[in-house]
Amino acid sequence: MSARLLKHGAPSPVLVTAIREAALTGLLVVVLAVPFLGLKIENAGNGLLLETRWPAAFIAVGLAMGGRVLLVLGREWWHRPAVFDRFPGTVFLSERPLWGLGMAGILLALFLPLLLPNRYAIDTATTLLIYVMLGWGLNIVVGLAGLLDLGYVAFYAVGAYSYALLSLYFDYSFWLCLPLAGLLAALFGILLGFPVLRLRGDYLAIVTLGFGEIIRVVLTNWNTLTHGSQGISGIPRPSFFGLPFGVAVEGGPVTFSAFFGIAHDPLHRVIFLYYLILVLALGTNAFTLRIRRLPIGRAWEALREDETACRALGLDPTTIKLSAFAIGAMFAGLAGSFFAARQGFVSPESFAFLESAIILAIVVLGGMGSQTGVVVAAFVLVVLPEWFRDFVEYRMFLFGAAMVAVMLWRPQGLLSHRAPTLRLSPGPAPPH
Amino acid sequence: MQITDQTPSTPPLLEVEHVSMRFGGLVAINDLSFTATARRITAIIGPNGAGKTTLFNCLTGFYRPGVGRMTLHHPVRGPVRLERLEGFRVAREAGVARTFQNIRLFPRMSVLENLIVAQHHVLMRASVCTIAGLLGLSRYRRAEAHAVGKARHWLERVGLVAHADREAGTLPYGDQRRLEIARALCTDPLLLCLDEPAAGLDPRESQDLNRLLRSLRAEGVTILLIEHDMSVVMEISDKVVVLDHGQKIAVGPPAAIRTNPAVIRAYLGEEEDEPLPPEITGAIGEEGKAHG
Ligand SMILES: Nc1ncnc2c1ncn2[C@@H]1O[C@H](COP(=O)(O)OP(=O)(O)O)[C@@H](O)[C@H]1O
Ligand SMILES: [Mg+2]
Repeated sequence: MSARLLKHGAPSPVLVTAIREAALTGLLVVVLAVPFLGLKIENAGNGLLLETRWPAAFIAVGLAMGGRVLLVLGREWWHRPAVFDRFPGTVFLSERPLWGLGMAGILLALFLPLLLPNRYAIDTATTLLIYVMLGWGLNIVVGLAGLLDLGYVAFYAVGAYSYALLSLYFDYSFWLCLPLAGLLAALFGILLGFPVLRLRGDYLAIVTLGFGEIIRVVLTNWNTLTHGSQGISGIPRPSFFGLPFGVAVEGGPVTFSAFFGIAHDPLHRVIFLYYLILVLALGTNAFTLRIRRLPIGRAWEALREDETACRALGLDPTTIKLSAFAIGAMFAGLAGSFFAARQGFVSPESFAFLESAIILAIVVLGGMGSQTGVVVAAFVLVVLPEWFRDFVEYRMFLFGAAMVAVMLWRPQGLLSHRAPTLRLSPGPAPPH
Repeated sequence: MQITDQTPSTPPLLEVEHVSMRFGGLVAINDLSFTATARRITAIIGPNGAGKTTLFNCLTGFYRPGVGRMTLHHPVRGPVRLERLEGFRVAREAGVARTFQNIRLFPRMSVLENLIVAQHHVLMRASVCTIAGLLGLSRYRRAEAHAVGKARHWLERVGLVAHADREAGTLPYGDQRRLEIARALCTDPLLLCLDEPAAGLDPRESQDLNRLLRSLRAEGVTILLIEHDMSVVMEISDKVVVLDHGQKIAVGPPAAIRTNPAVIRAYLGEEEDEPLPPEITGAIGEEGKAHG
């Protein structure tokens, strides 16, 4: 079909393209590398000194050009169309293999504390699961309903502060606060959503970004209620359905270890928290998989596909968007109250825009609407940086590079499949 | 110059009275009045930019006309004033469904899902705002099976059953058009508004469409049809309303419209617009000769 690579005779069009693109890339990198790499300002005691590092700049240009040539040739080698022509024209892929993957993942998650009984591993897994749950929650809003929400962390904050404040002022227990936090976050979702959901696309994104910041600023400045930027500490840890995890003291409440007649181990609480977030996250997933197959879930997807057509069919876009917003917010609220209970401390710093960005990145990277993709992406964005702690200065760089790479090679996300929610022909039924 | 509307034997389903719609300085529809008889096909024709799509947008709640009344005589609810309904309520409360000139499907959902979304309200009620659905109650499952049954019925009617589980956006053009019609029909409309449904169809598909529209009429659906292909208009419509520059220039049975000098002038004399495709001029001439 297309010209094979490196034929003899006249220079093949591929080679010409490669050279042209490499030249362009080289030019671009020269512009960037000369000031950033080639020149360096050194503080020489009594003044500034301009140093030059031409070899570094030279290497950068060479690498970029060579990389571009390889990219163009590699592209041709695989007979793939140009990067930007390859937007998904997907057909429904079978969900079966992914389902197997998901089951394996769940099994692994269930036995993780036995396989890796150390605090660090379980803590990391807990953090991962918080992000997975947030990703699944945001997936309802962004992936299913197609509403670009840049302020999702606001609802996470509402959930966290709900528990923190309710326990601080009213002494409510975690188990009571958990559903309340979910409800309050959903309520905030409706309150914030009502005025903004008339907006479309970019406008909605900007306004939600603003709301996310407003919540954070309010939390920072309402000193009398939230203790401002100092945050709230000493938030009670969740009990094992009434049995606290502390060391048993004479005359104190019956502890978990005393009740079960085992030696006290601080790991118990860590493992319990892990299973708690695992249940919450799996609950979120089960809910999403189920609701996708109900009228409201289909309406979300229809709205993402074509709002005008929805109106012509008698669907009320405002209610449908609000429901997606509220339910997404509810899961963030649940995750938030778990976060507060786990840390025992909340402060506005935990809810900065970067958190929203990471959660959104998890959804986009994973493949919008793909539940398994969220897990993979959360792993890539949350756990890998943990492993590469030594490269912490390069973290943001790797983050950016990963995003660019995904947008180039898989603009539809790492895993992007959509199985129909019901079938006319008795085909393989999509799993629940 | 205007041909008077013959008195219909059946009462009008839709009455449009003195409707005007302007966009800034542009008058897209000017003082338009006509009626659509129940169980009949009323064609709306006119050159490009005549205001046909704008009329549909007014009827289906996308635009609110500055002046005028649009009354739908609902057999159960009585007269419903369309211009007073909030846009998205028109489909459900007045039973008006439409298709779009540029097809608007839910492209990444399956064909079947497109038809199920059209039955959102029935299913929503059966799922008791999602709760019965979440619990998987039999009441909801029955309603869903019924909705699938209706979808299958319309898919059979438009010949798309074999493609029910395909992604709607991957269907060929003609199939997408028919799917959009099937989707509108899944809302059980009283009045079906079709915006150039034959555009881009090959002759055989176009014939199938005519057959479908005739059978729908026989089953009691009232149809408003925007159409460019004169042969289609002449063949299946019971009444034709001709618009030009937002103005109604003629109304009457197709045979009379064909020979109406104002209509011929509107079609032939539009030098400032794009030239008329030969199949339209040809159809007008031929039909005129054949019946004249
Ligand atoms: N939303 C709009 N804003 C401004 N002008 C419009 C709008 N919709 C339609 N028009 C104008 O109204 C006139 C009628 O358009 P339309 O109803 O689409 O014609 P057609 O008969 O070809 O369907 C055209 O001049 C068009 O440019
Ligand atoms: Mg039009």
